[in-house]
Amino acid sequence: MLRKLLVVLLLFPTMLSLASPEKDFEQFVDYFKERFPNTPYEDYKNGVYSIDKSAREQWEAMEEFPPYELNVDRGEELFNTPFKNGNTYGSCFENDGIGVRQNYPYFDEKKGKVVTLEGALNECRVENGEKPLSYFKGKELAHVSAYMAYTSRGNKFNVQIPNTKEALEAYENGKRLYFTKKGQLNFSCADCHVYQTGTKLRADIPSPAIGHPTHFPVYRSGMGRLVTLHERFSGCLNRIRAKGLPGGSDELNNLEFFTTFMSNGLEVNGPGSRK
Amino acid sequence: MTCIHLYNVAMKSLIKFLIIIIFATPMYSHADNIEEGKKLTFDRKKGNCLACHMIDDGELAGNNGPPLLAMKQRFPDREVLFQQIWDPTENNPYSFMPPFGKHGALTKNEINKIMDYLYTL
Ligand code: HEC
Ligand code: HEC
Repeated sequence: MLRKLLVVLLLFPTMLSLASPEKDFEQFVDYFKERFPNTPYEDYKNGVYSIDKSAREQWEAMEEFPPYELNVDRGEELFNTPFKNGNTYGSCFENDGIGVRQNYPYFDEKKGKVVTLEGALNECRVENGEKPLSYFKGKELAHVSAYMAYTSRGNKFNVQIPNTKEALEAYENGKRLYFTKKGQLNFSCADCHVYQTGTKLRADIPSPAIGHPTHFPVYRSGMGRLVTLHERFSGCLNRIRAKGLPGGSDELNNLEFFTTFMSNGLEVNGPGSRK
Repeated sequence: MTCIHLYNVAMKSLIKFLIIIIFATPMYSHADNIEEGKKLTFDRKKGNCLACHMIDDGELAGNNGPPLLAMKQRFPDREVLFQQIWDPTENNPYSFMPPFGKHGALTKNEINKIMDYLYTL
């Protein structure tokens, strides 16, 4: 019943003039509170481990010797390596790029679009005469992002959605992508990360939609490397046999905008580690 | 005499052989279907039904869908079972179960083999 209500309320926002990002957020929080009464809101930053006790113990043991330590070191090195023109990544960011992860994504009113941290890093490169980097395969972009997240741990996300048509549209587009069934297997993101969260798909338990972006990029032990948020989004799209979307595309930027808004108030705890 | 005897023996074997072929073939291929059906049901790239259903001796079964058992009693009408696998959204538009047939993840033939297997449960 609750599930059907949520589908109706979230999927058809225009039918209910009440709907606003803030209302959506309240509904999300209430829904998950009812589903997982033992999980305090702050704990959703830990993804699936916020609802799966037995997996959590193994994960906490792994975090004692974080598998991403070398990646953070490498990220720091790359972050501080000057471009050909002598500038560094830090020159493009507030506070020289230290402790700013929580300020992304944001809606840039001049550009009329969502800017993510990885997007800002690539823009920084282009402005300094360098080529933009791929979001995939855990290369330089993932490393620099991991380092920047690391310097921001404990800071809280507080994504703002300006009350303009364009910003609200970006949010709505992200939300629609999250709730629309697609691909050969006909799943929406919400099918797994809202309605079936906590149930078992073979040995996998899909995590709650709240708290997805807080710990990205993630070191995946199964892959032995870092994975950016957009690569992870694409991974789930592939899994449902839907068409992939390029890293940094407007669609994935909007998806990140929606899911990060749904994580407001949570701490940055990236990079994370997952299986 | 021995010639006729040999001829008779040969003829009898031939007839036996033909009888076996005629009667055993459909049975043999039905058993084959069941085995193939089980493979299709468990294969992650095909039905992957274990992702959501407890079935038989399948390991690491999911629990989103109901356990698949007592199929003959619960699905006396083969057409109803076919429809659930072809396109569960007909019955429940919010169904979490993929429309395997409608979306081309499984062919009619494959679904039929899966059903042959399911009806043994
Ligand atoms: C069929 C089920 C299913 C669908 C549909 C699905 N996912 Fe996932 N997703 C999973 C599972 C299982 C995991 C791994 C366990 C977990 O949640 O951490 C996962 C992991 C993730 C993660 C990483 C979480 C973390 O903490 O590291 C993100 C982000 C994610 N999915 C986003 C999406 C998005 C966006 C969509 C839609 C485009 C989507 N998923 C669709 C099942 C699914
Ligand atoms: C991603 C999850 C998922 C997968 C994969 C899946 N199912 Fe289902 N199945 C469900 C759910 C959920 C139901 C409950 C009814 C509904 O929502 O359609 C269901 C219902 C059924 C039913 C009706 C059972 C009953 O007791 O009423 C049958 C039969 C069935 N599934 C067969 C299959 C077969 C065969 C496969 C593989 C080819 C399969 N399912 C794959 C989720 C799944």
